[in-house]
Amino acid sequence: MTSTEVRLPVAKVRVPVRTRAGELRAIKIVWQRELIRFSSDRLRMLTSLTQPFLFLFVLGSGLSRLTQASTGGLSLRTFLYPGILAMAVMFTAMFSAASIVWDREFGFLREMLVAPVRRSSIVIGKCLGGATVATFQGILVIAIGGLAGVPYNATIIFSVFGIQLLLAFTITTFGVMMAARVKQMQSFMALTQMLVMPLFFLSGAMFPVSHLPAWLTVLNRIDPLTYAVDPIRRVVFNHLDISPAVRTSLDPGVTWGGWHVPTLLEVAIVAIMGLIMLGVAIAEFSKTE
Amino acid sequence: MTELITTDRPTAQLAVSVNGLEKNYGDFQAVRGIDLSIASGETFGFLGPNGAGKSTTISMLCTLVTPSGGNAQVAGFDVVRQRAEVRRNIGLVFQDTTLDGYLTAERNLRLHAELYGIPRGMVNDRLRQVLDMVGLWDRKDSKVSTFSGGMKRRLEIARGLMHSPRVLFLDEPTVGLDPQTRSSIWSYIRELKQAEDITIFLTTHYMDEAEYCDRIAIMDQGKIIALDTPEALKASIGKDRVQIHTDDDAAAIAALADQFGITATVAEGAVTFGVERGEAFIPKLFAEFPLPIRSVNVARPTLDDVFMSYTGSTIRDAETTVAQRGRDAMTMFRGGRR
Repeated sequence: MTSTEVRLPVAKVRVPVRTRAGELRAIKIVWQRELIRFSSDRLRMLTSLTQPFLFLFVLGSGLSRLTQASTGGLSLRTFLYPGILAMAVMFTAMFSAASIVWDREFGFLREMLVAPVRRSSIVIGKCLGGATVATFQGILVIAIGGLAGVPYNATIIFSVFGIQLLLAFTITTFGVMMAARVKQMQSFMALTQMLVMPLFFLSGAMFPVSHLPAWLTVLNRIDPLTYAVDPIRRVVFNHLDISPAVRTSLDPGVTWGGWHVPTLLEVAIVAIMGLIMLGVAIAEFSKTE
Repeated sequence: MTELITTDRPTAQLAVSVNGLEKNYGDFQAVRGIDLSIASGETFGFLGPNGAGKSTTISMLCTLVTPSGGNAQVAGFDVVRQRAEVRRNIGLVFQDTTLDGYLTAERNLRLHAELYGIPRGMVNDRLRQVLDMVGLWDRKDSKVSTFSGGMKRRLEIARGLMHSPRVLFLDEPTVGLDPQTRSSIWSYIRELKQAEDITIFLTTHYMDEAEYCDRIAIMDQGKIIALDTPEALKASIGKDRVQIHTDDDAAAIAALADQFGITATVAEGAVTFGVERGEAFIPKLFAEFPLPIRSVNVARPTLDDVFMSYTGSTIRDAETTVAQRGRDAMTMFRGGRR
């Protein structure tokens, strides 16, 4: 017990002036905290696993008894796969963003907000943390792709990984932006339910996006999730061995007034939306009373 | 000449300097123009009932709330224009815990070190040092959610000190703790004063704790109504406090005014007044007072009396009034919505 008797000389700490390295350090620690929190939460890991399975295999297998004729021999699970991937990532990202509301309720947010770093560093760290956690979920769904009839192929894996990473980031910034204003967990959860379900259903995760009623077409085209689901589906369908007719009917691609929106533009839309919302979130958190 | 020298370089010497600071929330004036100068190394206490504006003032000094008027410098930096510099030089312990309960004590402190950019080579030493200071080194690997209220508060104090702030703000550091834990927190704070060259700015509504401060300011309804050392404040009253219980308080107050020329009020359920040399006054009171007296209590001046002589009520009564005002406001609000 001699160790407790040791009186260390007073280590006089001088906190250095604000530097870029200091901001990066702050971003890194906020990001790391998200990962530590996620990895210590076994229950959350388990629930994040079960949901995609439920949608993909219960819904996918069940409904396929109705749809066999219209999918031209393609398993409904394969068709649903891109949508389910997007949904899984979206739910996890929103859940990560919700942690900022928890942090506020339990007071920890204050510790971060009084630190001598830019608010933007805190927000960016939080968004990257949420995106990373959501990406774990995405990787999981990519890993079970074989069970849904999606071939394991380097192009598919890398492109799908890239798109879902971007989606994870954008959805997290969306959630963080909301969390700046919505200060109670109950309200945040209610809002999430209210927004996430329509976003998911309108996105074309569950149906091809051509030949829809006009009102649904409009709603589908303004749903940002559409522009994440469609490229994933295109990448997957590029590697399926199916007839061109089935391809056109199941993977028609998003059109704006007859013009096919290129994949790159779709991905850019997701990225730009993420950056805009990140800007709004930073502005919201930089305000003081 | 010496006068001149000390007044010549005030900003460099002052840990906190406040001029005409104000904060309004809509029509409500939470802080109504206060002035303060706190020297480096001082332990300064902010005293007042809940709702007096103490926390709002602290929040402004910590750059969390923007003042509506006036200005303030902390460690020589302006709280509006130089927020980051202020933050770097202050440590904060809030009324409510701001620890991450899911993380261990050590992780909480390391997280703080990263956010404050403490040089990496110093983190381990400093961590050991602050945890030793509050007696939590052997609990460093425990999750904070398993800590008691007193342990959490100690850990927060340790965390507030990690980056060697020049001013440590403690907002009600002992509220909600049992008396034993309260006194242990205070012994840590006193040890800290010896170990580190630091200015402490604290708020409390426990009068006995204010005795530990070098100077105290009494705040009531958004204003500072008295500011001095605890001794000087007590001496400024100069009178002993007498409380008598009678069957008819109103008549007793009238009788005191008529026969002795004393102004008395009802506080804590008893007729209360101040007299010089209380022990000599009591026999005279019993001899000449027209009403039966059920009990009597004489006390040397305490900070409670100081508070009472400046505000006209004891701090406990003042809090009841604030609570009552809050309830009234709620009732009005509900009434208005109906």
